Amino acid sequence: MGGFAFQRKSTHIFDMTANSKAFPKRPFSLRQKEARTAWLLLVPSLVVILGVTLWPVIYTFVLSFFYAPTGIHQVRTFVGLTNYLNMLKDQTFWQTIGRTLYFTLGSVGLELILGLAIAQLIHSRPPGWKFLRVSLIIPWAIPTIVIGAMWRWIYSGDFGALNGLLMQLGLIKHYIPWLTLPNAAMPLVILADVWHMMPFVALILQAALATLPAELDEAAVVDGANAWQVFWKIRFPLLQPAILVALIARTVDAFRVFDIVYIITNGGPAFKTMTITYLTYLNSFSYGKQGTGAALSFLISLFTMIMAFVYIRILYRPEENQ
Amino acid sequence: MPYRKSYRKLFLFLLTIPVLLFIFLPILWLFSASLSTQVELFTVPPHWIPQHPTFQNYLDIFFPSLAASAVPRTFTVSLYNSFKIASFVTVICIVIGSLAAYALVRIPFKFNNTIKVGILAIRMIPEVSLILPLFIIASRLEMINKPIVLILAYMSFALPYAIWMMAAFFQTVPIELEEAARLDGCTRLGILFRIVMPISGPGLVSTAMFVFLVAWDEFFYALIFTSTLASKTVPVAIAEFVGRYAVNITGMMAGGILAALPPVILALIFQRYIVSGMTAGAVKG
Amino acid sequence: MRHLNKITLLAVAVILVLSIVGCQPKQTGPVTIHILTQDQAGMKPAEIDQIARDFEAQNPDIKVVMEYLSYDAIHDKITTGMAANPPAYDASMVDVIWPDEFIKAGYLLDVTSRVTPEMKAGIFPSAWNGVTRDGKIYGMPWLMDTKYFMYNKDILQQAGFSAAPKTWEELIDQAKVIKQQGLVEFPIIWSWPQLEGAVCDFTILLYGNGGTFLDASGKPAFNNEKGVQVLTWMKQTIDDGLSNPSSIASDEMAVEASFLAGQSAYAVNWLFQYSDSNKADVSQIVGKVAFAPMPVFAAGAAAGIQGSSVDGSSSFAIMATTPYPDQTWKFLTYLTSNAVQTKFSAEMLPIWQTDFQGDSLTQLLAAAPSNPITVPAFLAQFPFANERPTVSYYNEASKALQLALQEALTGVKTPQQALDEAAAKWVELAGQ
Repeated sequence: MGGFAFQRKSTHIFDMTANSKAFPKRPFSLRQKEARTAWLLLVPSLVVILGVTLWPVIYTFVLSFFYAPTGIHQVRTFVGLTNYLNMLKDQTFWQTIGRTLYFTLGSVGLELILGLAIAQLIHSRPPGWKFLRVSLIIPWAIPTIVIGAMWRWIYSGDFGALNGLLMQLGLIKHYIPWLTLPNAAMPLVILADVWHMMPFVALILQAALATLPAELDEAAVVDGANAWQVFWKIRFPLLQPAILVALIARTVDAFRVFDIVYIITNGGPAFKTMTITYLTYLNSFSYGKQGTGAALSFLISLFTMIMAFVYIRILYRPEENQ
Repeated sequence: MPYRKSYRKLFLFLLTIPVLLFIFLPILWLFSASLSTQVELFTVPPHWIPQHPTFQNYLDIFFPSLAASAVPRTFTVSLYNSFKIASFVTVICIVIGSLAAYALVRIPFKFNNTIKVGILAIRMIPEVSLILPLFIIASRLEMINKPIVLILAYMSFALPYAIWMMAAFFQTVPIELEEAARLDGCTRLGILFRIVMPISGPGLVSTAMFVFLVAWDEFFYALIFTSTLASKTVPVAIAEFVGRYAVNITGMMAGGILAALPPVILALIFQRYIVSGMTAGAVKG
Repeated sequence: MRHLNKITLLAVAVILVLSIVGCQPKQTGPVTIHILTQDQAGMKPAEIDQIARDFEAQNPDIKVVMEYLSYDAIHDKITTGMAANPPAYDASMVDVIWPDEFIKAGYLLDVTSRVTPEMKAGIFPSAWNGVTRDGKIYGMPWLMDTKYFMYNKDILQQAGFSAAPKTWEELIDQAKVIKQQGLVEFPIIWSWPQLEGAVCDFTILLYGNGGTFLDASGKPAFNNEKGVQVLTWMKQTIDDGLSNPSSIASDEMAVEASFLAGQSAYAVNWLFQYSDSNKADVSQIVGKVAFAPMPVFAAGAAAGIQGSSVDGSSSFAIMATTPYPDQTWKFLTYLTSNAVQTKFSAEMLPIWQTDFQGDSLTQLLAAAPSNPITVPAFLAQFPFANERPTVSYYNEASKALQLALQEALTGVKTPQQALDEAAAKWVELAGQ
């Protein structure tokens, strides 16, 4: 889950000029007073946030240079970059990164395509469009773990609905244990995730569509454009900011997926659905190798930060205009 | 041309059907299976609608003393835990987050922009990066298995999120109103409480709902930080049920439906605010 | 400074709220102890709850809270639970493969001084071996279990077999006939998921082929030709349609479910499968299940292997940092006492060797209708229960082996390749 603000330039919170217009000329003492008020208002939040994020991130960074097996009386040995080097040399690590990217691209890609299609559908106001829009909320609101459990049961090789359906349609002769097939497992997990998060994309894009002036469409139709051209040449470019926001929000979240993998396949079969967060969990809490876990955590944060940085740069460049 | 228009309508309507099926069929199956007995669930080919439906699975959860397995007994406790934690997180985030959000959007001061960027960046930090040190610190401070640890841990993503959302909503309050209040001698805080917050009421509701849903949904921290009956949350309880190929699969399904109800009902009640929350501060000019 | 007051008020309110939520009242009155155990093998949760209630009736100052989890979830729960202070659990069930890891981490309390000579003499030595390291005892034995070979008498009879197979090769022959006659689709169901259960089954087959986990110098030997033969055989049975393909996703509960629904003719499992097979509400094959000695491979028999199974015993250990070791020990000794264990011997056989001798044996046989069958089976099979390696890195090492087994069984890698990689990981872990 995640919602991000996407903006038209003039109302964005990064735009300082809008704020200062309200209080154009202020004497220095007033500005000082204002600043003090601002800090007072911010302090509780900042204390909490920095306390639970900045401090742990630094702690993780430091811990990653130690060999730290869990135990009552933990003995930490400084090992320098060994944890990182071991990880980069480990085939499992790279395979896991690959699988995480597979999941991310598959999941986000499908969500975008489906989300866009459904947003368009709603926008064209078919009968019952309100019901459709409200229904979309349901998969999104259901807790991820419940969704994982539900799909795990659907895929079950003993009583699952998928097997039942395929058998009744005559497509299979006996039940197949889907989640044990190494190549089927990840697509099935992706399907579950798409079911869960596609509504988020669809609703954002639909809201964005709703703000597009109707005259544009009409003008295009008058000019003789068919539906496909209307979409591609007119709507799509205007939707780009919204698509970008949804895309980045989903990508950042999909990369660090854990819950749904944990519940549907536990990383199996044969680690085929192992994602990078799951690997970190295993190292930190199952194998008890906190140093390795810390190194992995730090690498993931680094990667996410880079993505975040790219996001901020792309989205909030002052020249970004449409 | 009405003729063509109705064809178009029909075509579009037909398109909505697969989408609705895609959304509802899995849920309906889960619900129908939760009403059936274990034996019936395993029949091949399946009974899509149970021939001998029963509410026993739900009764087991609500009247745990009668339940055969330990699974349903723990469920109501976890519902309570989830509710408690999500509520606290929501209240705290709204209270201190709204202060911060207001300061960030309306008070120009030196580090304003830096803090904004910082909060956005922090929102991006993955849970997995924080979980190990939080775990170690929490165990040293003897906070494991107590609700406070989850509440604080959830702050790490809920608070930046709440601040960001509320900032966007506050942004939409016309600055002229604040100007006018200022001229009337109102202090900053007065403006916040008397003008900005009432006007962005829907925004606050939206934020509160999102934070509640996010806290209810969270699994990773809950898994690690709460192990005992007394403190575990709903997602952890569900994960534990599913992990066993236990005797009571239909019971677990009933649990799943029940676990999904609070957030779904909440989201449906406040559905007007969902889309605005998702697109916080966006499309309005 | 009006607004400053408001802010301070707010801050105070927040702090108050947090402290209310964070505070826990001190334990006054009866002491409450938390015990973690599995809900699979051994007594059923309802029965253990009854034992706890009986104990509380006799000890009004101690309250017992039991928590049940699936076996595969317990290991990680112990490690995360121990991070809390006081620990989340005062005692926990400890599988036979965990003591080394937990002792190294300092989680288990040394109870050598609490064990009385009667206990020492009365309980099977191999049970004590499971909890003793360097002469110190770290837990109270609870369950001595091994995997048994069980089969559906009916199906074998229908196929024309009067006796169970003695070798795995014979099993294959029987299974082929059963499949041909259409009695069941997949005659054999195993527990070969990417979980510890697969390593258990692999242990049985490996030693039944004359192989071992580690060689004399402690290096992995499971990837030698004996191990590869076993794994290749395993895969072959799936490819031939004799082993249920869902075996690679089935834990022991799923194996039981399939077997008791009459969908398999043979199922290797812990003792609980037998006791459940005679319960009408979960079993469709009441009265049709029989034991037979675990088969071995023809090559193993030729090398003198008479039997092979795997030790799946477990104990209860007190967590080192518990504030209530005495009360916990009291409960554990009650839980594992002779009287209690005999009473519930239908679910699990006692750890007291005294029960298997003389008059006690007669009593034990009479204690439950299934005992005349399970007791001889236990006495026949348990002596051949092989141990999995008792190394402190077993948890991670086993995961590597589980992965290898899965990869080979799903065809991702060849058995040799998969086992070699697992062996390399074991060597790496041993070196750390």
